[in-house]
Amino acid sequence: MNGLPQAVLVRRGTYHDSVTLMRVSRALSELPGVHAAMVAMATELNVSILREMGFGVPEADPGDLVIAVRARDTDAAVEEADRQLTAAPRPEENSGEQPPLTTRSAAARGPADLVLVSTPGEYAFFEALDAVEAGLNVMIFSDGVTVERERLLKERAEARDVLVMGPDCGTAVIAGAGLGFANVLTPGPVGVVAASGTGAQQVTCLLDRAGTGVSHVLGVGGRDLSAEVGGLSARRALRMLDDDPGTELIVLISKPPAPEVARAIEALPLRTPVVRALLGPGAPDLTEAAEQALRALGRSVPEWPSWPAWRGGRATPHRIRGLYAGGTLSVEAAAVAGAGEFTDFGDDAYTRGRAHPMIDPALRVEALGRAAETDVVLMDVVLGHGADPDPAASLAHPIARSPATVVLALIGTEGDPQDLHRQAGAFREAGAAVFLSNAQAARHARSLL
Amino acid sequence: MSSLLDAPPRVITVGAGLLDEALRAQAVPTTPVAWRPPLPGTAEDLARVLADPRRHEANEWAVARLVSARPHLVGVRRASEVLGPGVFLHAGPPITWERASGPMRGALIGAMLLEDLAADEHDAADRLAAGAVALRPCHEQATVGPMAGVVSPSMWLFEVRDDEHGGTAYCSLNEGLGKVLRYGAYGPEVLERLRWMDGVLGPALAGALERTGPIDLRWLMAQALQMGDELHNRNRAATSLLLRELAPAVVEAAPSDAAAVLRFIHGNDHFFLNAGMAAAKAATDAARDVPGSSLVVAMARNGTDFGIQVSGLGGRWFTGPAGVPDGLYLGSYGPADANPDIGDSTITETSGVGGFAMAASPAIVRFVGGEVADAVRATRSMYEITLAEHPAFQIPGLGFRGTPVGIDVTLVARTGLLPVVNTGIAGRVAGTGQVGAGLVEPPVEAFTSALRALAEAIK
Repeated sequence: MNGLPQAVLVRRGTYHDSVTLMRVSRALSELPGVHAAMVAMATELNVSILREMGFGVPEADPGDLVIAVRARDTDAAVEEADRQLTAAPRPEENSGEQPPLTTRSAAARGPADLVLVSTPGEYAFFEALDAVEAGLNVMIFSDGVTVERERLLKERAEARDVLVMGPDCGTAVIAGAGLGFANVLTPGPVGVVAASGTGAQQVTCLLDRAGTGVSHVLGVGGRDLSAEVGGLSARRALRMLDDDPGTELIVLISKPPAPEVARAIEALPLRTPVVRALLGPGAPDLTEAAEQALRALGRSVPEWPSWPAWRGGRATPHRIRGLYAGGTLSVEAAAVAGAGEFTDFGDDAYTRGRAHPMIDPALRVEALGRAAETDVVLMDVVLGHGADPDPAASLAHPIARSPATVVLALIGTEGDPQDLHRQAGAFREAGAAVFLSNAQAARHARSLL
Repeated sequence: MSSLLDAPPRVITVGAGLLDEALRAQAVPTTPVAWRPPLPGTAEDLARVLADPRRHEANEWAVARLVSARPHLVGVRRASEVLGPGVFLHAGPPITWERASGPMRGALIGAMLLEDLAADEHDAADRLAAGAVALRPCHEQATVGPMAGVVSPSMWLFEVRDDEHGGTAYCSLNEGLGKVLRYGAYGPEVLERLRWMDGVLGPALAGALERTGPIDLRWLMAQALQMGDELHNRNRAATSLLLRELAPAVVEAAPSDAAAVLRFIHGNDHFFLNAGMAAAKAATDAARDVPGSSLVVAMARNGTDFGIQVSGLGGRWFTGPAGVPDGLYLGSYGPADANPDIGDSTITETSGVGGFAMAASPAIVRFVGGEVADAVRATRSMYEITLAEHPAFQIPGLGFRGTPVGIDVTLVARTGLLPVVNTGIAGRVAGTGQVGAGLVEPPVEAFTSALRALAEAIK
């Protein structure tokens, strides 16, 4: 590989979270004289990426940190990696106090309402169980928790009268506080119970655009309404919103529930009207669900904004390639487009020891690089707290360079920290057609074939 | 119903720092957990043990028994009344003569000579190698012994009774520092002192304790912690308090020996250690045998292995190699002279004092080689692996916070933090005695193998 020296070091038992490591990797790659750099936990996925990058990786397990650099001066690059890693802010450095090492310990230190768990999935159960045993509500952002453990957590939560959001709960908004990947939403009358994070983000962003605010968004995890889990969290979340004086309408977003779960939900004595947005073949798409909610409130449905492409494709495309960060958005787009090859980069298989694609663009940048002239690339970019602070900075250039025609669903609000209009402008500048509605983006992609 | 929706939540974040930052950017108050992956290879065992529906209540019950024990010093007894015939007790998990380290062998030789079971040290070693006496762990006879912990029939034992739960525990009498049997020395001066203890000290204490009645050790230890002891490597305050309790009664019970007895106790700052160990043993024994509990009820070393016992796993030992303590050495001794970790005195840490109460004892930190801030840090870190704070044992310097007590095997595996143990250091060669004092790290496999056994015990 291009003759530069390379160095691969394994630091046994050293741990940093995947977002911190992605930032360090990125900072190293941008240094003059560094051709390639990756600092990551030695998960199977990361090791295979390192090998693809041409690095020889010695025996290491997922609990070990790997520093791999190809650079004119590898010693200096490794030194810089170590400097950045020690500079990474850690809670224990904020004071001389012993920081809590477990959720149990943190819960014992003072009043709290909610625990947000985003450890690697195989360990999320420990922290979530601590939360429930301490009588705290918990949002499990992590995925990779088995359904048996999900059920166990939710049963224990019933006994303790607390809510378990997740696992794999990407977003929640509670009394204005956005947790996980969360858009900045105007306060208002709609409460959302969602078994899909990006599904909830799409619906609430469209409502926000229509001038209708949101009281709370309670995620429940993608499997909650299955027969195995029994909708324990969805039922609790519905009752909580029903009791909330600020909520006038509830939107329930999920795949069609198991029949017995549907009956249990039907039997809840709710005073607040519920709009069901059931995802799946034949069901209305998320945009239609948002429109139903607006009509239920007696409000008008606006024209959803879009920013058309300024350049056409260089050839007539004959295939759609979906490169998605949001699982539900990917499924929705595939259903609307009718055909194509869709990849959900937010899936467990792509996120072991790596940051989510809403934060780490690397895998999608690579995929854009592989797209052909005859492809329509259909993709999503999700804004809001927790997401990439400037997605256009890393994605606009690969879009501009790609020979493919690019159609992009931009999930965000006017209040989001990334600046919706600037992002839309940058993607349009790069040659993409940009839509606020994912379903409209997918329809547009289909129309190009 | 939950009031979660009434106001923006106060959030504990555990995992990706980015999600904590996103909340802080919204001015939402957060408490970030400094999370690390658990010890390698423990994830599945942890999941099974944590999911055990008995665990939470079993641990609460077990640790409540540990901290509510009210140990009282009720008397002294000849070991022959507690031991079976032909049995010597020793510290730590079970050991054979073949695997015994220098100081353990030295102490056993000394006990053979003391009991007139051998003509000389070589004869003693031969007889021990041939199995002339049965070797049993102190812990299996409701007893604890510091360092080698060798107990032979003619020795006197402190008898401590737990008034709350009714248990009884024993510990030998402390000989002092330097060349002493518990550090593996068996020269003439060692045996002479032991014979004086057998003939004079024991009977005088027996008579004195008959006069005083039971002495409340929970109260005495709580006082000593507030006077700068941590009750493992520093027992100066506790010894003084005990001496105050005993002195008039010793004078009445043994007028002709009183001066010698009181001078002996006064001359040994560790005299209280053994009574404190028996108190700790009585308290931890009260927490034994709670099905499903992952509470550690004993940590003990025999100079070769470091072993632990867990409440939910009965009398099983989980062991790993004993480490060599890191600390300061006496005179010209150095690390090369040190034996691996030895003694039952880790019962103090198991019951929430010793290394766990380091912050109460700024005076100790120089002795074990550190700064005052290290002592505070050591105690603070132990709250991360313990189930409770002791209601009676408090640390003035931490705002009278109770000491961390009740080591939970699952918390050790999750945090990777091992119990902080203060210890004396014995010479490697039989007959040497004490060479230093310091801190020692228990072997991680004792905890991971106990966790595995807890997981396997769940049907």
